[in-house]
Amino acid sequence: MGTYVPNTRDEQQLMLEAIGLSSMDDLFSTIPKEVRLNASLDIPKGMSEMEVSVKMRKIAGMNKVYDTVFRGCGAYRHYIPAIVKQVTSKEEFITAYTPYQAEISQGILQSIFEYQTMICELTGMQVSNASVYDGATAAAEAVIMSREKSRKKALVSATVNPMTIETIRTYLDGTDMEMAIIPEKDGLTDIEGLMSMLGDDTACVLIQQPNFYGLLEDGDAVGGILAGTDIKYIMSCNPISLGILKTPAEYGADIAVGEGQPLGIGLSFGGPYLGFMAATEKLMRRLPGRIVGETTDSQGRRAFVLTLQAREQHIRREKASSNICSNQALCAMTAAVYLAAMGREGLAQAAKLSMSKAHYLADRLCEIDGYELVYKGEFFNEFVTTVNTDADKVLDILSEHGILGGYPLDGKHKGCLLWCATEVNTREEIDNMVRILKDIK
Amino acid sequence: MKLLFEIGNKNRKLDLMPECDVPVADIDDKYKRKKELRLPNVSETEISRHYTKLSRRSFGVNCGFYPLGSCTMKYNPKINDEMAKLPGFADIHPLQPADTVQGCLKVYKLAEEYLCSITGMDAMDFQPAAGAHGEFTGLKLIWAYHRDRNDTGRDKIIVPDSAHGTNPASAAMAGFTVINIPSTEEGFVDVNALRNAVGEDTAGFMLTNPNTIGLFEEHIHEITSIVHEAGGLTYYDGANLNAIMGIARPGDMGFDVVHLNLHKTFSTPHGGGGPGSGPVGCKKHLIPYLPTPRIVERDGILAFDEKSDKSIGRVKSFYGNFLVVVRALAYMMTLGAEGLKNASENAVLNANYMLHMLKDTFDIPFGNGRCMHEFVISLERLKKEKSVSALDFAKTLLDCGIHPPTMYFPLIVHEALMVEPTETETRETLDEVIAFFKELYERAYNDPDSLHGTPLTTPIGRPDEVGAARNPRLRYYSD
Repeated sequence: MGTYVPNTRDEQQLMLEAIGLSSMDDLFSTIPKEVRLNASLDIPKGMSEMEVSVKMRKIAGMNKVYDTVFRGCGAYRHYIPAIVKQVTSKEEFITAYTPYQAEISQGILQSIFEYQTMICELTGMQVSNASVYDGATAAAEAVIMSREKSRKKALVSATVNPMTIETIRTYLDGTDMEMAIIPEKDGLTDIEGLMSMLGDDTACVLIQQPNFYGLLEDGDAVGGILAGTDIKYIMSCNPISLGILKTPAEYGADIAVGEGQPLGIGLSFGGPYLGFMAATEKLMRRLPGRIVGETTDSQGRRAFVLTLQAREQHIRREKASSNICSNQALCAMTAAVYLAAMGREGLAQAAKLSMSKAHYLADRLCEIDGYELVYKGEFFNEFVTTVNTDADKVLDILSEHGILGGYPLDGKHKGCLLWCATEVNTREEIDNMVRILKDIK
Repeated sequence: MKLLFEIGNKNRKLDLMPECDVPVADIDDKYKRKKELRLPNVSETEISRHYTKLSRRSFGVNCGFYPLGSCTMKYNPKINDEMAKLPGFADIHPLQPADTVQGCLKVYKLAEEYLCSITGMDAMDFQPAAGAHGEFTGLKLIWAYHRDRNDTGRDKIIVPDSAHGTNPASAAMAGFTVINIPSTEEGFVDVNALRNAVGEDTAGFMLTNPNTIGLFEEHIHEITSIVHEAGGLTYYDGANLNAIMGIARPGDMGFDVVHLNLHKTFSTPHGGGGPGSGPVGCKKHLIPYLPTPRIVERDGILAFDEKSDKSIGRVKSFYGNFLVVVRALAYMMTLGAEGLKNASENAVLNANYMLHMLKDTFDIPFGNGRCMHEFVISLERLKKEKSVSALDFAKTLLDCGIHPPTMYFPLIVHEALMVEPTETETRETLDEVIAFFKELYERAYNDPDSLHGTPLTTPIGRPDEVGAARNPRLRYYSD
């Protein structure tokens, strides 16, 4: 069996004797007999490292790694600079615990402080936390943040990613908050519909920019309606797009959240990902999760610490603003290294390239008979098209060529595909795919 | 040390992407950002050196002893990280068709099988991203169960006062009211208090076993029976599972639902505060309420099953922290049944060894000289007699190159230091640490003042935490 117990059986025996016991079994004398397990666990025998490697590689080999990906929907294949993987492979970062002991954790704490600063810059907001589990839970936490004694109704646009909506629903179920869906019109949030739903009991309005269909929402209109009210404006955003797109702050949002996976984290079959949350200064003390602050030590040296801990579970217990304990520290560091490597220009370039490739892809697809844009609005790097035959058949053929095509939508868009392109998709890949699609009868 | 924002120069950058090979797209001005984006302007050399400096100011399990009670800072095997980096796991889009991700689904299926065996549960779900998230999910299962039976009057969750803060916080978040019950003088659940607290409004009871003092609740059968008889369900906080793998199982103790911490018991790295993974396990009667989607097997093919009207829904997007589960699976494959039991046995041996060697010097108020995988020291007497607190002691340990034990938890012990060595430490390390502890205790009595300004050898001394909270500076400002 493989083991990471360094002490040999002889050493273990000596230790047992040193404490006056004769066998391992004696250590568990306080466990009542009726609870003691009398059989072995029903788990295969342990293996050497080499055997584990072979077995796991076989399992990994059962998965298909696509050469070309044209699918997004909340998980995006972007270029990850080599320095990102290098830095985040450092053992001191990977195996460290939460930086509660500030004196020996300045490295981790400073990296989070830098991350927080970058998220503020990206979103235009004034305060950021140290991250939460993912974009969907970030949105749910933001909705909960907006709760007031008399305002417990969350209005969430139908054009928000369905998984985010479902997560918010689960979080609110059983609490005194409720959620209502703002209808969509032509793939965008129905502003008139929103206006008719607003009331004195409205806690917040949540829209996604770009939305689930890739379309750019009229964030100004929403901002205009909510300005001067006590209703919180929550915007879920794509962090790469913020290289060129208007920030949630500029739209007048109170809270900005989103999925940080595009910032240097690989597809990972869905996790671990990264939820970022940023807000206005006014809402600082309502932010859930860890936050790093800057201070000094007794010698006046710059020092970083976990701060505002009076919000958190280990102090306030059932009165805490959220139960969240961990952040996605290593993922947050990944995002920070990515943003440092990209810089302002690089991020803008990634955004422009993603947008350009997507628009070129859309133009070329629409050359094919039966493919047309379902929505005519402006979009960032995702869009929906009809297909001239069975969508599954198209995807199967593309798959044979190592291409992961657009995401097959359901419900009222059944038969349509939600496409995505990023800076990693080349003109050649796009042209090649279009050639394949043209040949499908 | 300078921040990334304070080094570099305006036009420094990396050359990462090629020119645009398609027509450049543009959008209406009204969608463009006008606010300047001020990210660092650094070269790759500077990034590399910056993070190297930061790594030297961090303390990983690779740096030294890490006896954090309740955190299980065991060694993180490198093979696990290597497996998580395989393109066949790392480069998979979560929305690929099921037939192209049979390997990913198999990882979840195998992990579920193994963890069910270890815990005595009937099903395991991997959506929760961390322990607290798992608690929230498990509590929602309890809520859904009662609601499904129209038992809507059950709105209370009972929690011992020794519980980890996430327990009551998760209960509150799931919509329950929390009832705290006191522990006995010996540090156990007060069974009479529990008997008086349960009733028709009891939804459930949360417990970790061994408990947060590191002792096994011997009356566990009685405890879970009391809750069941009152119509409530029982929740097992898996934080302390490292003491009992292959030796006892929450499923055999009368627990209906559990959560596990893969980043504790199952060796996945802590990452400086995450990502972890907090899978939820349950008995048959709670399976219908598990988050969607579930993984099912049909004619030998694995697939996602979205159909479940009783499910509590999603607790996050996609399926959980997959790459963390990959690491935990590799770990369980390596250890196997025997190795997992061996790990727990040695975790408990190491803790008892340390306790035995320290109990003549330190006050260890609970356990009568024995413990499971962790034990709690109280420095209350030292504080009273010499004004040396648990904090002072812990900070001085930093000068010895040791990460301090967990401080001030559980709340029922004053000036607490909770020690959990884990099974991956050598006897020599334990002997060395025992010597340090004893030496420090000596010093605390003879020269207490020398423990007040520590640490002295670390990059910074004690930070002004009060100032940090009073005048929060939560980001860098260039002006």
